[in-house]
Amino acid sequence: MKPTSKRPTGSPSKSLSRKMTRRSVTNVVMLTLTGACAFLTVSVMFYILGYLAWHGASALSWNFFTKLPAPVNVPGGGMANAIVGSAKLLLLASCIGVPVGILAGIYLSEFAGHTIASILRFTVDLLNGVPSIVIGIFAYTVIVLPMHTFSTLAGGFALGIMMIPISVRSTEEYLRAVPSSLREASLALGAARWTTITRVVVPAAFRGILTGVMLALARVAGETAPLIFTAFGNNSWSQGWSQPTASLPFMIYTYAVSPYDDWHRQAWAAGLVLVALVLLVNVITRLALARKMPLSR
Amino acid sequence: MASVGTVHSGNNVNVRSEQSVDTPQRFSLPPKPSVTADGSLRFKISGLKVFYGPKEVLHGIDINISSKVVTALIGPSGCGKSTFLRSLNRMTETVRHARVEGDILLDGEDIADMDVVKLRRRVGMVFQRPNPFPKSIFDNVAYGLRINGHHGSLSESVEHSLRRAALWDEVKDQLHKSAYTLSGGQQQRLCIARALAVDPEVLLLDEPCSALDPVTTAKIEELLFQLKPSCTIVIVTHNMQQAARASDFTAFLLEGKLIEYQPTPKLFTTPSDPRTEAYITGRFG
Amino acid sequence: MTTTDLAAPTGSGFAGAWRRLRNFDLGDSVAHGVTLLAGAGIFVLVGVLLAELWLDSRLARHEFGWKFLVTSVWDPIAQHFGALPFLYGTLVTSLLALLIAIPLGLGTAIFLVELVPAWLSDWLAFIIDLLAAVPSVVYGLLGIFVLVPIIRSSVEPFLHSTLGSLPLFQGPAYGFGFLAAGVILGIMVVPFIVSVSREVLLAVPQEQREAALSLGATQWEAASQVVVPYARSGIFGSIFLALARALGETMAVTMVIGNDPTIHTSLFASGYSIAAVIANEFAEATSTLYIHVLIELGLILFGLTFVLNALARLLILATVRRGTVHP
Repeated sequence: MKPTSKRPTGSPSKSLSRKMTRRSVTNVVMLTLTGACAFLTVSVMFYILGYLAWHGASALSWNFFTKLPAPVNVPGGGMANAIVGSAKLLLLASCIGVPVGILAGIYLSEFAGHTIASILRFTVDLLNGVPSIVIGIFAYTVIVLPMHTFSTLAGGFALGIMMIPISVRSTEEYLRAVPSSLREASLALGAARWTTITRVVVPAAFRGILTGVMLALARVAGETAPLIFTAFGNNSWSQGWSQPTASLPFMIYTYAVSPYDDWHRQAWAAGLVLVALVLLVNVITRLALARKMPLSR
Repeated sequence: MASVGTVHSGNNVNVRSEQSVDTPQRFSLPPKPSVTADGSLRFKISGLKVFYGPKEVLHGIDINISSKVVTALIGPSGCGKSTFLRSLNRMTETVRHARVEGDILLDGEDIADMDVVKLRRRVGMVFQRPNPFPKSIFDNVAYGLRINGHHGSLSESVEHSLRRAALWDEVKDQLHKSAYTLSGGQQQRLCIARALAVDPEVLLLDEPCSALDPVTTAKIEELLFQLKPSCTIVIVTHNMQQAARASDFTAFLLEGKLIEYQPTPKLFTTPSDPRTEAYITGRFG
Repeated sequence: MTTTDLAAPTGSGFAGAWRRLRNFDLGDSVAHGVTLLAGAGIFVLVGVLLAELWLDSRLARHEFGWKFLVTSVWDPIAQHFGALPFLYGTLVTSLLALLIAIPLGLGTAIFLVELVPAWLSDWLAFIIDLLAAVPSVVYGLLGIFVLVPIIRSSVEPFLHSTLGSLPLFQGPAYGFGFLAAGVILGIMVVPFIVSVSREVLLAVPQEQREAALSLGATQWEAASQVVVPYARSGIFGSIFLALARALGETMAVTMVIGNDPTIHTSLFASGYSIAAVIANEFAEATSTLYIHVLIELGLILFGLTFVLNALARLLILATVRRGTVHP
């Protein structure tokens, strides 16, 4: 789409050609500016990765992954408990977010009538728009208060709630993308509706649903705000599910705002690990979706 | 109204005898061995009306479909032949706001009273565009068997169905491969094999060859001919030559009404209704 | 054709009931029930959430009423609370973020749609989407150690020297404050503007561009005078979406804004946002009223983001639909 350049017919007057030139100069300038915007935006990504690698790589050590946090100015501390804590939180979050999300997605795609579907979708969008700190408040009132303690359970609950809208939306989207001709073929063979759903439709949409779940996990893995007054934080191992627990994002926060250099370095390292994982999941899921088996028509 | 040709037992519908020398041949009918209808009725349909929402799509169809023959439904686009076909295995119910009135009796039993799942095992369907599942060739054919609780060897039944669909030789070494690696014609034959796997008494085909080339079409027509003794076949087609070639009885539908229903040679050479004649001579449609 | 919705067998009275009985499939009903339960569960969850927010802020609402929104006192010891500093901080940082993100994001989107071949556009859009996946706390980390020093040593002195006459750019340069928070928020919401704007720009029918070009317009003129206006509802939608996102951002803001519950006119000064104050003070809230106040702030925040998100969705839908419906 090359810009149509000026082709004056005959001999143009001077002011006309000057106007044309000014327009084409404007054109080039503005288009270059948009290119600069794009360049700037894309380069931020590389800046982020660059800084994380620069500051964080040096602090990545065996200690980092295996040791508990050490007191200030004592070297050799690590974030082992935070890594495990994050894993536990994500496990709990999946137990809540994945089943509810997928089942509700199936309901929206396969069973719901038009009005109910609209209402439910609206509600899901509502939930998606709730700021993560407010979800933290909710988990606090519903779980922390009755239990009289901060806990992994509360944190996992908060994260699980955040996973639900993402899972529902992507499940519904991929189920809808399955051609109705496949459902018809199954029904015509004498399959009941639930058989059709479980043996034809969901398997056909499986890859998409899985990536939706993984993206949801990647999203909540980095969340800090809902954990501040639910999982709270812990300098040591957290036993079971009803004790406060450390988590990677929360450690980053605590260490970053502290005045200690050693902790700052560890915060960078943790940031590097977190971003690497999150980006890895995003890239893998995107590639996996791109190579999806082509469904005939 | 509709002229319904009923079949009485013992009639030999012999292709060659009917054409009197004074009736000009409109179609060159390939020589076929004489067909004997076994006389029993498979489907007895009376007063069939189908509504999509407020719109009446089929206006009271009365027709009897015979057993172990090939019955073709022809008519211009939108005349309701697909809708009619789908009502025979209650696939109309998958359309929102669809309503069916009238009686459809399968071997004397009202299909509306039957368990729809059992009905669809007895009356199978092949669709216009091949729609194999995103599974392997084997799993596609085995699907119907698995969900219906199959006794005996699965692989034997799968092989049997693939042979009946004349696909076995082409796929026997690649049963584990995805169905989508097959060509369009092979996929359609796979869909036929899949439908045959549950051993239906009736096979409904909705323009099965419209997306296929002539060579594959001929193969499938030959297939139908071979299936006939074990299976009643009802085929919707917009291709009149195909109807003339492959069917024993033909029904002509127009705007949701049954106009004429005759043994095929008669309908194509001496149609009773002027509208039928206009359609088959290509004046419209 | 379509849905997989099985209509019930027809027929009234006894015959109809008998038919429905014969056609009853336990598996279908169980599947329907279980998935319905999940959907209902979400419904209940949101209901309880709203109820909790409402109920657990009642002390604050009864105590302060509407004045809460315009009072700027924040004295936990004397139990005098006002939301104004936080509303102010949230507003200022979000506006600043938009000021940065809109030109940057829109420019990028135009570049990606009008000037770049599809395959490259997809790749670049993918990288930009990855920016949205970076956790807020990591942005905060970069904010503290990378952005704030730059602002303190270069940007603020520069602004002070050139525009220092404006009250916006006065005061000592700490680095932390509204400016830093605004910039980091801006960077964080750019991907949203780019992604949605790109989508709506792609939805503009090609005929529009061709019409403009065939009349002799330059590419920029076609883009800025025809394509962007055509898609303007959707672009506004993307802005609202970005704003909603910015309002709710907690970690990055709280790490660089300075956490000072007073209103200052200068951008160099420290401030506070709604999300930041909740994050910092909720766990240490000493009285029930204190907690209720914070929860009321959460309710206000939720209300704001809800309205913005709803508007955004409507606007985006309007443009995409417009692009696919031919007059």
